Amino acid sequence: MPLSEQPPDIVETRGISKIYEGGIQALEGVDLGFPQGQMTTLLGPSGCGKTTLLKIIAGLLEPSEGEIRVSGVPVAGPGPERALVFQDFALMPWASVLRNVGFGLELRGVAKAEREETARRYIDKVGLAGFEGRYPHELSGGMKQRVGLARALAVNAKVLLMDEPFSAVDEQTRRQFQEDLLRLLSVEKKTVIFVTHSIEEAVYISDRIVLLSPRPGRVSRIFHPAIDRSRTSDKIRRDAAYLDTVEEIWQIVRQYLD
Amino acid sequence: MNLFGLRIPFAVAPLLWGVLWEIVGQSGTVFIIPPLSSVFVSLFELVQRGNFQAAAWQTLTSFSKGMGLAVVVGIALGFLMGRVEAANRLLGMWVNIFASAPLSALVPVLMLLFGLGETTIIVTVFLFAVWIIILDTFAGVSKVNTSLVEMGRSFGATRVQLYVKLIFWAALPEILAGIRLGLIRGVKGVVIGQLLVSVVAFGQLFATYSRNFMFDEFWALAIVMFAFALGLSGLIGKLEQRVEYYAGTRD
Repeated sequence: MPLSEQPPDIVETRGISKIYEGGIQALEGVDLGFPQGQMTTLLGPSGCGKTTLLKIIAGLLEPSEGEIRVSGVPVAGPGPERALVFQDFALMPWASVLRNVGFGLELRGVAKAEREETARRYIDKVGLAGFEGRYPHELSGGMKQRVGLARALAVNAKVLLMDEPFSAVDEQTRRQFQEDLLRLLSVEKKTVIFVTHSIEEAVYISDRIVLLSPRPGRVSRIFHPAIDRSRTSDKIRRDAAYLDTVEEIWQIVRQYLD
Repeated sequence: MNLFGLRIPFAVAPLLWGVLWEIVGQSGTVFIIPPLSSVFVSLFELVQRGNFQAAAWQTLTSFSKGMGLAVVVGIALGFLMGRVEAANRLLGMWVNIFASAPLSALVPVLMLLFGLGETTIIVTVFLFAVWIIILDTFAGVSKVNTSLVEMGRSFGATRVQLYVKLIFWAALPEILAGIRLGLIRGVKGVVIGQLLVSVVAFGQLFATYSRNFMFDEFWALAIVMFAFALGLSGLIGKLEQRVEYYAGTRD
C-alpha cells in the first residue's frame, strides 16, 4: 500500500517502556502507530511483553516511560474508545449472556431496555441468537469468547483490543471464529489490535504484523502480508504469499528461540 | 443408606435414634435422660408459657443484634483484607488467632468491660461469629479472578461499581458459607453468654432446669435451640445452593 493511502493512526505508542517490580524489563522504547480501520497483530514469543503492551494500550497498566495517544490525545487509564476482549473471556458467571453482553453499557448507565436491545443485536451478530438467557457455564469455550466479543462490540468503541482471544479454544473453533471475526470486522469497520503467539493466525487475519523481540520487547520488524482475502479460507491458506510470510516470520522467530 | 441389603431412607436414622432414646428413657437407667415422649410433652407446654416466650424473644433479639453486627463488620473487614495487602498483614494474624481461640474463656473479661446486661451477650455473639465471616469473605475476595476486575476497569467501572457489581458477586459463595458457619457459632455464643454472664433468658432457663433436675424441660429447650440453629443454617444453605452453580466455574 503506498504511503499516501495509509489511513491516519488512531492509536500511537510513544517510547513505551515497562519495568515490573523486581526489575524485570518487559518492554523497551516501543514506538508504534496503529492505522485506523486496520487489523494489526502483535506477534512474538512468550514473555516478549505483547500482552503487557496491549494492557498498557488498554489503560490497565501504567507504562514506566512513554505515553499512549488515542486520536492524537494522550490518555491515562481506560476509555470508551477502546474495548478489550480477554484471553480467559472474563465473563460474569452469575449473569446471563444477555447481561454479560450489555455489561459495558450497564456500567455507563444506559437504560435497561436500550442496553438489552443493543446486546440482542450483537448476540445475533456473533451467531449466538437463542442463547440470550444461558449462563457462561452452559457454553463452550468458543461460545464464551463470542460473548466476550459481543460485549466489546456492544459499547461501540472505535478500537478493539484482543488479547489472545482464541488461545483457549480448540483448533476447529479457532478457524471458524477467525473467519467469522474477519467477516464481522469487514462490516463493523473497527481498528483492531490483536495479540497472538500463532504465526499462522497472525498472517491469516492481519493487515499488519508487528513482530516483537524477546524480553525486553522491542519492535523487531513490521510485515504487511499482501494477501487477497476475497478468496476462500482454504485457498488463502495455500496461497504463496501467505506461506512465504509465515516462513519468513518463522525464520526470525526461530533465531529468538536459540 | 444400605443395611443388610435393604435400601433405607435417610429419615429412618433420626427415627431409630428417637426410638433408642425412648427406650433408654423408659428404662430409667440414666437419670438425666427422660423418655423422648415426655420431652415432647414438655416442649408443647413450654412454648405456651409466658416466661419461655419472653426468654425466646430476648434471646432472639440479642442474637440478631450480635449476628447483624458480625455480618456487617465481618464482610467489611474481609473485603478490606482481601483488597488491601497492608490490612491483611496487619489483621490477618489476629483474625486467625481469634477464629480458633476458645472464646468462652474471654466472656468473663467481657463482663468487666460491658457489664452484666444485654450488651455483653451481644458482644459474645459478635465475637463468636465474626472471625469465620471475616476469614471466608477474605478467601472469596482474594480469589476473585483478576481479569474480571480488569474487565470492569476496562469498561469504565467506577470503584463502587467494581465492588457492588463484580467483586461482591464473585465472592458471594464464600461470603454465604462464612455467614452460615458464623450463625452456628453465634447460637453457641448467645447460650454461653447468657449462661456465663447474667443468667438471663434461655441461659436462666437452662440453669434453672438443670439445677432442679427438670430434664424434660431441659431437653425440650435444647431441642428448640438445635432446631433454631439448624433451621437458620439450612436457610443460608438454600441461598448458597442458588449461587453454587457458579462457585466452581469462576476461573
